[in-house]
Amino acid sequence: MPSRNAAPEAAPRRRPEVKKATAHEMAARQRDISVAEFFQKNRHLLGFDNPRKALLTTVKEAVDNSLDACEEAGILPDITVKIEVARSGDGSLPTTPAQAERFIVTVQDNGPGIVKKNIGKVFAKLLYGSKFHRLRMSRGQQGIGISAAGMYGQLTTGKPTKVISKIEKEDQAHVFEVSIDTKKNEPVEHETKSISWDREHGTSVSIELEGRYQKGKGSVDEYLELTSIANPHASFAYHSPETAEPKKYPRGVEVLPAAPREIKPHPYGIELGMLLKMLQDTKSHWLSGFLSSEFVRVSSAVADEICKNAKLSPRARPRDVMGKDAEVLYKTLQTTKLMSPPTDCISPIGEKAILAGLYKEIDGDFYTAVTRPPSVYRGNPFVIEAGIAFGNKGFLPKDGDAPPEPAANGELALEEEGEKSGSKRALTLAELRKAARLKEKLAKEEERGPELARLIRFANRVPLVYQQTACATYKAATEVGWRKYGLTQSRGSLPQGSLCIFVHMGSVWVPFTSESKEAIADYDEIRKEIRLALQECGRKLGIHLNRIARAKYEMSRRDKFGLYIKEVAEACGKLKVKYGNVNVEKLKKQLQAVAEKVTGGEETEADLNRKENAPSELANTIIVTEKGLEGAVPEGLLNTKPIPVSPPDGAHQAEAGSGEDAADEAPAKGDEKEKGKAKGKAKGSASAQAAPPAKAAKTAPVPDDIPIYSGGKQVSGKKVKGNAGAALQPQKKGKGKGNQKELF
Amino acid sequence: MVAKKKGKRDLPAALAKMADEVIGSANKGKTPTLDIPVRSLANVRFNEQKRYIEMGSAKQEREFFNVNMAKKFMQTMCVAAACRQLEDEGKTTSIRDLFYMIKHRIDGSNENTVDDQSESDAVIEDLEVTAQFIREELNLFAENKGALAGEITLVDSGDTIDGRAVGSGGWAIPSIVEEDVIQFKKCTANFVLLIEKGAVWHRLNQDKFWRKHKCIILHGGGQPPRGVRRLCYRFVNELKLPLYVYVDNDPWGYYIYSVVKQGSINLAFESQRMAVPSARFIGLSSFDPEKFGLDKKSTAIGLDEGDIRRAKEILAYPWFQSKEWQKEIHNMLANGAKFELEALTNKSISFVTEEYLPRKIKEKDFLD
Repeated sequence: MPSRNAAPEAAPRRRPEVKKATAHEMAARQRDISVAEFFQKNRHLLGFDNPRKALLTTVKEAVDNSLDACEEAGILPDITVKIEVARSGDGSLPTTPAQAERFIVTVQDNGPGIVKKNIGKVFAKLLYGSKFHRLRMSRGQQGIGISAAGMYGQLTTGKPTKVISKIEKEDQAHVFEVSIDTKKNEPVEHETKSISWDREHGTSVSIELEGRYQKGKGSVDEYLELTSIANPHASFAYHSPETAEPKKYPRGVEVLPAAPREIKPHPYGIELGMLLKMLQDTKSHWLSGFLSSEFVRVSSAVADEICKNAKLSPRARPRDVMGKDAEVLYKTLQTTKLMSPPTDCISPIGEKAILAGLYKEIDGDFYTAVTRPPSVYRGNPFVIEAGIAFGNKGFLPKDGDAPPEPAANGELALEEEGEKSGSKRALTLAELRKAARLKEKLAKEEERGPELARLIRFANRVPLVYQQTACATYKAATEVGWRKYGLTQSRGSLPQGSLCIFVHMGSVWVPFTSESKEAIADYDEIRKEIRLALQECGRKLGIHLNRIARAKYEMSRRDKFGLYIKEVAEACGKLKVKYGNVNVEKLKKQLQAVAEKVTGGEETEADLNRKENAPSELANTIIVTEKGLEGAVPEGLLNTKPIPVSPPDGAHQAEAGSGEDAADEAPAKGDEKEKGKAKGKAKGSASAQAAPPAKAAKTAPVPDDIPIYSGGKQVSGKKVKGNAGAALQPQKKGKGKGNQKELF
Repeated sequence: MVAKKKGKRDLPAALAKMADEVIGSANKGKTPTLDIPVRSLANVRFNEQKRYIEMGSAKQEREFFNVNMAKKFMQTMCVAAACRQLEDEGKTTSIRDLFYMIKHRIDGSNENTVDDQSESDAVIEDLEVTAQFIREELNLFAENKGALAGEITLVDSGDTIDGRAVGSGGWAIPSIVEEDVIQFKKCTANFVLLIEKGAVWHRLNQDKFWRKHKCIILHGGGQPPRGVRRLCYRFVNELKLPLYVYVDNDPWGYYIYSVVKQGSINLAFESQRMAVPSARFIGLSSFDPEKFGLDKKSTAIGLDEGDIRRAKEILAYPWFQSKEWQKEIHNMLANGAKFELEALTNKSISFVTEEYLPRKIKEKDFLD
């Protein structure tokens, strides 16, 4: 990527030795800077500061657009992301993705498609979009993202953006190659043709760009995992440049989130410049009418009051209010007592859906989620949601009598499991991975100290992967006193342990610290809400941990007493010979009963091995026990069995073959299978590329009983669930024809 | 070993009571609990009337279903059962043997009932105070220590021992000297002399001191073990002999005397079976070097810090409060010197048997 500084400098420079310029000379150098030109020089603001980030940003912008489009059209999104290695500038093809310098990113969705005449503008004109001009909770806001990605590709490889789009009921899909005239900020359409495309509607965007492919934090894998958590209603397939088979992120809920309602701005949330623009643009003839129709929470009575306080005539023409008057008006607006904006324009992910998202992607034993009531900062409504996924395996009661250290524990568990399920079975892949992870984790801890919690952040369902420490979520998460909830935490840092902290902010306007939208700005109101949400999650975790710790402690006491009971009873037997005698076996039983009584009775067992519902104080929580799931487990998940034994590959293939769609599916191994493969399930969600909109999934507020299916997890998801299909929902009417492979 | 003697207390019955506590609690659904008298300085007091150290009444509850006590509880029951077995089989063992009797792997665990002898030793002492049977009665013994010679004929496990014909080494005093092991047959002694050190005892034995003065001489090799103390108790109480204690002139010697006389803090619960309040301190007194014209320069050993500290502690003990004793100890501190029994040899080899002890006994130059 060419250095930013190499661009020709247009702005006047100040150099002491240069002769002072006259006003005329300066005027000669002053000219318009096109937006595109501006961003060409400031692309770091948009997330294109380095090749690796550029690759992610491109995927991200395209996926965000797809999700927004699908949701708006009431379609459950099925999105395919593909990253291919492209020939380098000199025409050579790199041997490994890590060495590659150029990539082709293709993102394809089953959205409504884009009208032909708009395609150029959507993909090759900055600040063109449907979202900037209204206050509504949506992923993109400024209409910069995807065109910026296209522009970046164009700048680094000279290749145009390729777009295929098909609108429902049109026979042909349109294929475009568009680039951007960076001076005029106007699209240039290179080529247009029509092809037949075997899907009803959808959009596919391909951008060739300079980038760098690297796994780990900030990678495309991570981004898709996170997106899949916050958007459990969407399914993703990811073709990475490394593997032949796509990695799948299955759908977790079958209902679209409620469509957010569009609202007018609240006077507290606007700035003077915006007010001036609104005064000019309004269709109202009178100032009072302008105020009451362009803002929320301003009734005509309030509008009159505002005019009076600002010493302006309610009958003034809005266009004539400018200069000092406008400033007075602005100040009056800020000081007038107004109701908070309505909050129903916010569409939270919902506790159940967050649970489903966390559960399907993050390995853990305890999940909980909280959606806060909506709140307002600077006239903008917002809602904070938080969740926690916690791996209990690493947690041990502090008591000295506690079972052995985690390592031994984990290994022990594996051994036992192996024994139980018969000697023939070798450890499953998932178990081996689990063991390997455990080992790795321990090794890491030895090297670098204990593992810190992972914080995953979202704004309007979009994952934020950079600038964690600048983010209000991070500040709030480190502010929470996690020790109260049974975790370890150093001052001013995240808690330690196998913990994943989820924070989502939904708002009509998420305040970012920069244009690249990487961190949420630190407003007191926002930070407080985040803290409250996290505390609520923490409390639930604390209750859970306490209970487990207590139960484990009681169990260890009981076990210890149990060991000694035999000794004591037998000693009593010997002591009583010829002195009354005693039934040793009966005495043992009696002592055992007393021991159980003093160690918490049946409750202890129940806490460790709960079969029934979780206690009432743990609402919206899933707890994974050896016997299965408990708590607020959505219906679909209830049917899942605890980690089943995977049959050997051969057997698995045979079974897979019996499913109708199985053959079409990209061959997935073992645990990676999609739910479509499950027996008795004809239609797999992954293959349901084009569900008829409106019928397939109604947009509905998040109900309590969101169906969640428990389809096979990603291997990366670490969990392996069986009989997934049983939970599939009836409204799923995927066509099952689309095969992702043929699209590329 | 012979069957229970007449009058002997019923050990199995006492131990069965402990089992009854467990069984009774189990029946009631309660945690079995043993009340064990506290064996510590806090629970010890000097009985002015009886003139010995007694254990107080403080007891600790040992609960079975308490994490901190469960193992000890189990061990206590195991030791009790082992003692019952010894009783049934009529055998005695060392406390080390007992440790191995009860030590085994607990089923279904990688834990042993006991891992170290110190655990079973402590439990034995608990059992002694709980069942109110001393170690010897529990058929347990410690290492033999101490020897005896003199004007007595006794029976040890059926063998008749003539105290006048025990050679130069004397009769080794066993750890258990209870009536069922040791019986007194004939005694012609007028008093008993307990000597701190084997070497001095040897001098007296070689000089046949006991024949000339019609006495029994015994030593305990430093702080006398239970067997020696218990034997002294029996001599005094059964044969009505006076007991004289002959120890070094230093704070440790004083304390040995006081243990014989009043009992020890550690074994306070056994004072009533071992303490001999009538015992007298015959020497070495801090006034003796003067009195007997010892060459102080060549025989005195300077008191070190530990000696002085210990002397001051002893000064404070309630049973050293008599005027004479305070004078004695203060005089030692004033001398700034201590004297070993062997110091008398500086005068002549048999000075102790020919001059010192005869004169002391004749003049009744004792401390109470």
